[in-house]
Amino acid sequence: MVTLTDARGRAGTGAPSTARARSPYPHWFYLPAAAIYGVLFIVPTVTSFWFSLTRWSVFDSTFVGLENFVTFFREPALVKGLTNTLIYGVVTSGAKVVLGMALALLLTSQIAARGWLRSVVFFPVLVSTIGVGLTFTVLMNPERGLINQSLAVLGIDGPGWLTDPSWALLSVALVDVWKGVGLATIIYIAGIVSIPAEYFEAAKVDGAGAWARFRNIILPLARPATATVIILSLIGGLRSFDLIWAMTRGGPGFTSDVIASVIYKQYQAGFYGLSTAGNVVLFLLVTAIVFPLSRWLNRREVEM
Amino acid sequence: MRNRLMVTAAAVLLALTACSPGSLGDSDDGKLTLTFLVDNSAESLKPAEALAKGFAALNPDITIDVESRPQGSEGDNVVKTRLSTGDMSDIFQYNSGSLFQALAPAQNLAPVTDQPFAAQLDENFTQTVTADGQLYGVPFNASMGGAVLYNKAVYARLGLSVPKTWAEFMANNARIKAAGGVAPVIQTYQDTWTSQLFVLADFHNVSAAEPTFAADYTANRTKYATSPAALRGFQHLQEVHDAGYLNSDFASAKMVDGLAQLAEGRGAHYPILTSVVTSLATDHAANIGDIGLFAVPGEDAAKNGLTVWASAGVYIPKSTEGEKLDAAKKFLAFIASPEGCAAFAEASPPSGPYMVKGCTLPAGTPQAILDMQAYFDTPGAASLALEFLSPVKGPALEQITVEVGSGIRPATGGAALYDQDVKKQAQQLGLPGW
Repeated sequence: MVTLTDARGRAGTGAPSTARARSPYPHWFYLPAAAIYGVLFIVPTVTSFWFSLTRWSVFDSTFVGLENFVTFFREPALVKGLTNTLIYGVVTSGAKVVLGMALALLLTSQIAARGWLRSVVFFPVLVSTIGVGLTFTVLMNPERGLINQSLAVLGIDGPGWLTDPSWALLSVALVDVWKGVGLATIIYIAGIVSIPAEYFEAAKVDGAGAWARFRNIILPLARPATATVIILSLIGGLRSFDLIWAMTRGGPGFTSDVIASVIYKQYQAGFYGLSTAGNVVLFLLVTAIVFPLSRWLNRREVEM
Repeated sequence: MRNRLMVTAAAVLLALTACSPGSLGDSDDGKLTLTFLVDNSAESLKPAEALAKGFAALNPDITIDVESRPQGSEGDNVVKTRLSTGDMSDIFQYNSGSLFQALAPAQNLAPVTDQPFAAQLDENFTQTVTADGQLYGVPFNASMGGAVLYNKAVYARLGLSVPKTWAEFMANNARIKAAGGVAPVIQTYQDTWTSQLFVLADFHNVSAAEPTFAADYTANRTKYATSPAALRGFQHLQEVHDAGYLNSDFASAKMVDGLAQLAEGRGAHYPILTSVVTSLATDHAANIGDIGLFAVPGEDAAKNGLTVWASAGVYIPKSTEGEKLDAAKKFLAFIASPEGCAAFAEASPPSGPYMVKGCTLPAGTPQAILDMQAYFDTPGAASLALEFLSPVKGPALEQITVEVGSGIRPATGGAALYDQDVKKQAQQLGLPGW
């Protein structure tokens, strides 16, 4: 609702060209920003498309056509990495949406120590990813880690969180959710508190219960927040690297490799052309998933 | 043009990562200062400083300044970038073998073939720092072996003898397991590199069975998956896992845990590089006398022998000229002399016999290292690891051996996957036949 009026309001302020003409700044004020953006973003992006077609080292480069892409797609770890990336992206963003919404509902209700709890939830977002990764690596050690020792007290034989191939990726995803859910929660809190109180009052008068209020007011009106959380966490999940690298390095073996870690390993091995090709693939993949998704989510927003 | 662009980009990157090019070594008051770049591990820095000190005592008019760089691929990039921008220190230490070949030696390094010290070097070493018939370096520190460290106390208690074949080794493992309380084989897959030893340190046995393996392998005429001798390494890895001979925490243990298990007799065998003996001697001084070494057992007892890793080399880049070049060659001559070896030994205990003729292992060398000397003294019982004979080494081997050693992937699948990995490396190097 809020967004709807917003969009109309923006459209109503007249043609953007006249607004720009009235700008007190001359156009060349944009030049420094454009130069920095060009040098640090446009040029590397374009040259990386070129270098993905070559086999290069620091000393020289040879043009090999699409061979890098062929090799990259034949990479056995890549297929694994690709599915892992999708699993990781979907699991983390799904969990962040659900948990973020749940926590936001809790933290916007009348509970004791609300401010303190909000900062507790947000705190992991502030900590360095590598630090979080290393800490959890220690906690998740199958024999000496705190997690399995605590489970043992309850009589549960915990799995090898990071060393069991069927658990490794999910364990990392779990830590990612722990670390990232605070941001999702904050976005949801902002979305929920911006819903006008009149709706809740009207619903109360009509005798709606808590579930009905959630289902018919909060869920639809927090949709912009949901779209933001999904897109942010999906992009984050698809190109995630640091946490996985700190916790498992794609291991054991290749079982928790994602595209980003496959690319990094190629780079480490000196296959620069190959890893550049991998980067181009990752760039296209993220664009191909996120761009239509964002269009779709935003269209739903306006229709509402 | 593209080339220059890339070099400039690399130089900018270097500047951004704050790797200062170091002092340019000015010669004030008739004193010449040379810069010497080594990696920043204690095993490199301490000997480098000892060498600089020992050299300065003999040559008071020359000072050697030791600089350090990161290890691993980050360090590789520093070395390659500084070489290609003509910004390298006057002398530098870097790997021998295939990584050395990747420096484009003919283009970037000053040859030392005509120097008198060239004749003093072990042939196993000169092979690894020679390109196009020219010698480019001298050994930095002693050689290193890939072998099985074993606990002699456990062996004595169970009445076992050193195995020469894989069958004997597995029989020993069976008896150790039956006795209980001791893990027959230690593996530490949290430090993934330690998983490769059953494959890499088996190479002496591979080349004993197939003498032309290294050349055939480089030329793409043989593969790990199709060569029965080479495949054995992967099969051994799988066998010890499937038989339940590994320590229970093999998936989460690190190298230091493995060393502790070995020293305390909680594990009997640990296939590893002898470079770890130094830290074993420091951290477990009370038990170091219990630790012995034998070569990875193969099929044939008569042909069993030790796989040797040549030491890193010390090189002079082309950018070092004039009186500095002469001084640098003097420094290399010092490194390749018994005095140089003594300076090394003082700073860090050797991880194997020295690769300079006339150098001997110092008193107090741990038993495990002394055990290596016997292999060196028997003709044909010590040979170089594959990575020194062929530039082809796939970067993903450690992940693959973790998978095979943990039962995630069967040996044959692992070998086939490694062959694919190797192909990329060969193509990157532009080798013919790939």
